[in-house]
Amino acid sequence: MSRGKHPAALTRAQMAWRAAQDIADGAYVNLGIGIPELVAQFVPAGRHVVYHSENGILGFGAAPEKGHEDYDLVNAGKKPVTLQPGAAFFHHADSFAMIRGGHIDLAIMGAFQVSQTGDLANWIAGTDAIPAVGGAMDLATGAKAVQIMTEHVTRDGEPKLLERCTYPLTGVGVVSRIVTDLAVIRVADGGFLLEELVDGVGFDELQAMTGAPLRTGAETRRLRVPVLA
Amino acid sequence: MKPTSTAREAVSEIPDGATVLVSGFGGAGTPVELLHALIDHGARDLTVVNNNVGNGYVGLAALIATGRVRKMICSFPRSVDPRAFRAQYTAGRIELELVPQGTLAERLRAGGSGIPAFYTRAGVGTELSAGKESREFDGRTYILEKALRGDFALVKALRADTAGNLIFNKAARNFGPVMCMAAARTIVQVSEVVEAGALDPEHIVTPGIFVDHLVEVGQPIQEEELVAQGVVYP
Repeated sequence: MSRGKHPAALTRAQMAWRAAQDIADGAYVNLGIGIPELVAQFVPAGRHVVYHSENGILGFGAAPEKGHEDYDLVNAGKKPVTLQPGAAFFHHADSFAMIRGGHIDLAIMGAFQVSQTGDLANWIAGTDAIPAVGGAMDLATGAKAVQIMTEHVTRDGEPKLLERCTYPLTGVGVVSRIVTDLAVIRVADGGFLLEELVDGVGFDELQAMTGAPLRTGAETRRLRVPVLA
Repeated sequence: MKPTSTAREAVSEIPDGATVLVSGFGGAGTPVELLHALIDHGARDLTVVNNNVGNGYVGLAALIATGRVRKMICSFPRSVDPRAFRAQYTAGRIELELVPQGTLAERLRAGGSGIPAFYTRAGVGTELSAGKESREFDGRTYILEKALRGDFALVKALRADTAGNLIFNKAARNFGPVMCMAAARTIVQVSEVVEAGALDPEHIVTPGIFVDHLVEVGQPIQEEELVAQGVVYP
C-alpha cells in the first residue's frame, strides 16, 4: 500500500463541499463529530437544511462568537452552538425517537471501516481503548440514509473500505454512500459502485487502495471540486 | 407543595448501593451542587446512570475519583478530561455497562412508564446485542432491551413551581425529563422556585408528579467553568 496522502486527494473542506451538494432542500440532517461538522458551511445557497443534534436541538447554527458561549447550548460534541429561527429543544427520548423512528433524512458520520455490504465500524478500534458508542448505533439503524465521510485509507495506508470489517460493528448493512478524499462510492447490490473519481486519481490506483472490488457503471464520472480555503 | 431543602439534606437519604440517575450531557444539565453534596454525604458502592462519566475532577468525575461508584451505565465514557473515569476503569475498580444513547434514553422512559422492555434496531448485529433476545418483525431483526429505573434521580432544571412542575434551560434539558420519570425518588435542583400558578401550564416540560423534592440553587455552577479553572472537589 502506498503511504502518505495522494497528491490529488481532496482536503477535508473539499470533502465537506462534495457531501453538501447532495443535501436536499428541507432535509433534516444529523452531522457527526469531526469532518461531517464541516458540511453545514457548504450547503448551496437557497437550500434550507434543519440540523439535528442528538442532545435535544433541531435547527442549530454556527458556533457563537468568542465570549458568547453558552454551555447549556452545545452540540453532540459538547461544543457551543447558536440557534436558527424556528429552532426547538426537546428531551433525549424525543430526540432519539426522531432518530430511531426514521424521521431524520440523512446522517453523515465518520468511519474506521466500511464493508462492501454497508456494514459500519466506527465505535471501537482497538482492544485497550475504553469503548464509547454514543448515538452512533441509533443513527446507523434509524436514519433514512447513512452517508460516511472518511479518508480513503488509514494514516498507515491501509484500506478502510473492505470486503468485511475487522473492527467491531456499529451497524449491519446500514451505509448507502461514502465520500472519501479520493472518490464517491455507492453501496449497491452487495458491492462498491464507483460514482465519482477525484480528478488526478487513476482507477487502478484507487482499486489498489480499496480492500474490495470496485465496480464502474454508466454513471461513473470524474469529480472536480472548487479550490477552498 | 413539594418539600424543599438544602442539597445536603436532600441527598442524605441516599444509601450505599443505590442506583442514582444523574442528568446532563457533558456539563449541560449536570447537577453539580447535588453531586458535590452526594460526595460530602459519603454514600458508596453506587451504580450511576449518566450519558457520560464527568469531566476533570468536579461533579460526577469527582464522585468517580473518590471511588464511590461501583458501576457506570452510560453511552459515551469520554470527555475533554476523562482522567477520573479512566483511572478507575483501567485499575478495574469500576464496572462499565455501555448502552447506545437512544437505548439509554428509551430504557429510562420505559422504566418511568411501566414498560418492562422494548424491541429496538439499535445495536442489532453488534457486540452490544450479545446475550440479548432478538425477534423479527416484518422481516427485520430487533433486540429486546429492558427498562432502567433508579432508586434516586439527581436532576438539574431551570425553574420549578411549588407543585414541582419544571422547565429547563435550552439543551440542558437532555436526560432530565426521562430521569425524573424513572426514579423512585427524584431530587431536582433549580435556579428558582416560584409560586404554583406562576408557570404557564402550556409550557411545563416535566409535570410535578414526576418530582419529589426541590433544592434551590440560585447561581448554579457550570461544570465547564470549574474544569477550566482546574478545580478539584472536594
